[in-house]
Amino acid sequence: MNKEITQNGLWTNNVALVQLLGLCPLLAVTSTTINGVGLGLATMVTLILSNTLVSLIRGFVRNEVRLPVFVLIIACVVTVIELLMQAFFYDLFLVLGIFIPLIVTNCAIIGRAEGFASRNPVGASALDGFMMGLGFLAVLALLGAMREVIGSGTLLANADLMFGESAKAFTITFNKDYSGFLLAILPPGAFFGLAILIAVKNALELKAKGKAAVVGVSLKAEPA
Amino acid sequence: MNKKQILISGVFLWVFAVIGTTFVAVTEDTTRTKIADNERLVLLRNLNALLPAEKLDNDIVNDTTTAPASNLLGTENDTIVYLARLQGKPVAAIFNSIAPNGYSGKIYLLVGVYADGSVAGVRVVKHSETPGLGDAIDTQKTDWVFSFNKQSLDSPTPSKWLVKKDGGDFDQFTGATITPRAVVLAVKNTLLYYQQNADSIFQ
Repeated sequence: MNKEITQNGLWTNNVALVQLLGLCPLLAVTSTTINGVGLGLATMVTLILSNTLVSLIRGFVRNEVRLPVFVLIIACVVTVIELLMQAFFYDLFLVLGIFIPLIVTNCAIIGRAEGFASRNPVGASALDGFMMGLGFLAVLALLGAMREVIGSGTLLANADLMFGESAKAFTITFNKDYSGFLLAILPPGAFFGLAILIAVKNALELKAKGKAAVVGVSLKAEPA
Repeated sequence: MNKKQILISGVFLWVFAVIGTTFVAVTEDTTRTKIADNERLVLLRNLNALLPAEKLDNDIVNDTTTAPASNLLGTENDTIVYLARLQGKPVAAIFNSIAPNGYSGKIYLLVGVYADGSVAGVRVVKHSETPGLGDAIDTQKTDWVFSFNKQSLDSPTPSKWLVKKDGGDFDQFTGATITPRAVVLAVKNTLLYYQQNADSIFQ
């Protein structure tokens, strides 16, 4: 069971690459790695907490008011995270600020609450939240890294926003004279980047199934 | 579903609303001072970037006055003006100006003006200019905004407060003229505002 949950969250049913949920924040913040990691972590914590809480009350929540209660829990969790972030990571909050409240509207979170946590025990639900969040975080970080390297020629710029002054040294600059590739930083770059990641994932899966040879034939889109 | 069921569901939802609100309220209460401190620190950091700490000895964050909405400041509401003093004498005023005509909307600026009417410094607080082109106004990208330092309406003369493309004294950037044009005009207008209101600002 645990192995299945892990695999589902990270790969088979990845929030960003397979379910294609939460694309608005995903595409908007991934202009740098650190922004991606910041929003990814906030989303992950939200998922773990909301899944745990929803699972805890699953036995006695009344069916008719199930969804409003879930939404209430998620909204409270996100508000608390926003406040804590303002208190302890204020600089990062200034960058990510407007996207934090948007986590409430990330369909992935209510989706996991309704689809998994409301039917499974606490431990499994927390793990599911963690793994789904980690899968989302990984995609955000990867997409952020891709766009940052191609777009501005750096990696981990502004790491000090998250890890404090000493992290300024984390930044890797590949070429000081690199003038930047604007397309990668602008929104279209986010779509291209995500498309490449999805394509790579699909290609890897097809290869694993030994079906690489018939790629051209089976290009039929299926609804998620 | 009968009335009793509806009532139970309603009460259930109400109980959750109370618990959730309490939880948020408690967090808000415990983090409030810390958040206010953070906001104050960031503001102080921005103000100190315009005006070195040794040039003033007053509590600049709280020593403020309000500027009414003004076309010169680009503002539609009252804004706060921070006042720097040394031993009670006016040193500089820092304005929250807005360049209304950026390439993609308003550009929010902090403009420091010395008591003699010259620019102490300009910082972009918030903007949505094109990354890679217009965002060169940001100190994290280029040093462009430092070119305003020490300029005043005497030098260059008001007619030279334009980007070079328009016959003025200030550089534009490759591929972006609208953004620097908007900022130059906003800084010039802030100086004009200061010139007209200098007496009433330092009360």
